[in-house]
Amino acid sequence: MDLFILLITAAISSGTPLLFAVLGGIISEKAGVINLGTEGIMLIGAVISCIVFIQTGNLFVTLVAAVFAAAGLGFIHAFLCISLRSNQIVSGLAITLFGTGLSAYLGKAIAGTALAVSVPKIKLPWLESVPFIGRIFSNLDLFIWVSVALAVLLYLYMYKTSLGLHLKAVGDSPSTSDVMGISVAGYRYFHVIAGSMLMGLAGFYLIMVYSPNWIEGMTAGRGWIAIALIIFARWNPLYALLCAYFFGGLDALGFRIQLFDIGIPSYFLKMLPYVSTILVLMFIGWKNRHNPPAEPTSLGIPYFREQRF
Amino acid sequence: MNQKITAGQPSVPMKKGLRRFRSLPFRIEYDPHKKSGGWWIPLLSIGAALAICALFIALNGMNPAVVYGKMLQGAFGSSFGFSETLVKAIPLLLCGLGVAIAYRISIWNIGAEGQLIAGAIGATAVTIFAPNLPGPLYIPVMMLAGAAAGAAWGLLTAIPRAFFQVNELISSLMLNYIALLLLDYFVFGPWRDPEGFNFPGTPIFTPSQMLATIGGSRLHFGLIFALIAVAVFAFLLSKTRWGYELRLLGANPSAAAYSGIKANKHILIVMMISGGLAGFAGMLEVSGTAHRLMYGISPGYGYTAIIIAWIAKLNPWAMIVSSVFIGGLIVGGYSVQTIGLPSSMSLMLQGSILFCLIGGEMLSKYRLKRVSEEGK
Repeated sequence: MDLFILLITAAISSGTPLLFAVLGGIISEKAGVINLGTEGIMLIGAVISCIVFIQTGNLFVTLVAAVFAAAGLGFIHAFLCISLRSNQIVSGLAITLFGTGLSAYLGKAIAGTALAVSVPKIKLPWLESVPFIGRIFSNLDLFIWVSVALAVLLYLYMYKTSLGLHLKAVGDSPSTSDVMGISVAGYRYFHVIAGSMLMGLAGFYLIMVYSPNWIEGMTAGRGWIAIALIIFARWNPLYALLCAYFFGGLDALGFRIQLFDIGIPSYFLKMLPYVSTILVLMFIGWKNRHNPPAEPTSLGIPYFREQRF
Repeated sequence: MNQKITAGQPSVPMKKGLRRFRSLPFRIEYDPHKKSGGWWIPLLSIGAALAICALFIALNGMNPAVVYGKMLQGAFGSSFGFSETLVKAIPLLLCGLGVAIAYRISIWNIGAEGQLIAGAIGATAVTIFAPNLPGPLYIPVMMLAGAAAGAAWGLLTAIPRAFFQVNELISSLMLNYIALLLLDYFVFGPWRDPEGFNFPGTPIFTPSQMLATIGGSRLHFGLIFALIAVAVFAFLLSKTRWGYELRLLGANPSAAAYSGIKANKHILIVMMISGGLAGFAGMLEVSGTAHRLMYGISPGYGYTAIIIAWIAKLNPWAMIVSSVFIGGLIVGGYSVQTIGLPSSMSLMLQGSILFCLIGGEMLSKYRLKRVSEEGK
């Protein structure tokens, strides 16, 4: 029982950076722009957090810096994909390469410095007496609750407000939205940049809470797993919550099993999240083989006002 | 930005601010049909990328001119430097060809890294499991094993893509991490050299398992194979029915489907070729350069290959130039380590080259147009 609680707690804490990144990816893709720069943006968010925290020691300033650095990369991606109408896949790959390189460059001096950071925890004394649930939920850190709140708010925004409907229209049929007087470029810019900010937040959480010292390439593919999770979550923020914790759990499971020495080399256990990502995607593809794709219809297609169809 | 791009015949009444803009004697117009610019676009883009990175170097308190000078000198300034550059260019060129053929049919293979590692593991397996082969047989068998392992790794991406609609970007990338962990398992585990003082690598190959080098340098005969691969690639794509089918599939998948071209078959074949080329590069790396399988056998060749392919606009001949250039960038990146910069500098440069490149490409599709008096 203790072990199970430990595992769930670990799943939540390693699922949270994934959740931030998935939510960022979802709103960007809902507007019709794929952002494959997730990995690079998370790395930049992490390295900037680390540098700023060492300089200032202030958690809030660090958060703002990380989010704005990520927004900068998001703006580059948005400019290339929306204004210049470049290939979104290549642009995203460029962001990832650039972010990986730049973060290694910036992080050279601070590599291996352990951060003495304490993130505020939300104590819920009235929950503590409840068995099982109380043990898990009564003492989580602030940002876990922020991520859950964000998922719920984004769900309400996307499905229950007219702005959210506009967003869906922009991603599905930009020409129709344009005729209806919705600014396609405006919506796309806003959501790509906001999405990148969430990815920066994912990097911030990763280094501030999950493993508080900078290692080159510390995201280890989490950005890409987050991109896969968008498909897994069917572009729905609430499903994203479950998917992120499920994958966080796999990550944590691989790590825990190593401690028991059951004869499987640790290298194979570390493959667990990657292998399961492919298998899950295959399962989804097989399950939905007769259904129309769930992705936004105009995903990845730049919008020209004058284009004829 | 978007509002300034107006159509020839605006059907929507223009807003006030825009009318004032239109009273200029010219306007900026996007022309999707205009062919994007020529050879000078990549050059300009590389210049812009160098300028962007110069800014970051300057912010870090270094003199960009000194850093770039050092890189240039390291990569092309000596015969040793240049042969090192070519040594790097070989795997880059092969992987670049591999990803380019996949991009031709819009298969976004970013798994060249994993396919290269699989090829390196496959080639090394020959030396481990068949230690008593007759000498001259080693190189050809290792080449076959490397290419086959790479092709198999490519199939692991192609099968989910063709039959389960799995996005190949994600699966090929996940397979990179899996291949990397597999490599670590072998070199830290069962294949580690028992007399290697804990060095994470297999024993050094015997001379008959090594590729011959050219004139005493580290440059090996893999170069010839890479150049042959370019010629074969160019011939297949432009002169054969199969190449035509690939081009059709890339340009218009639905037209291709109606004319009876089986997309799934091509996806499988192309991914096998793509992976096979990268796997072959992996074999050349272990047999020609490292002479053993070791930890970190590839410093990201597979990712860099994406840039090689894009700088060359997927043209195989131009890829020779781009791979030597980027090879120089990597070697130059090592040489700046002596003045205290990380070699990941070159990765940063590569990333910014790539977005300057695609940005420049699209910018070249805009043109200034004179507005006639009636147009007002």
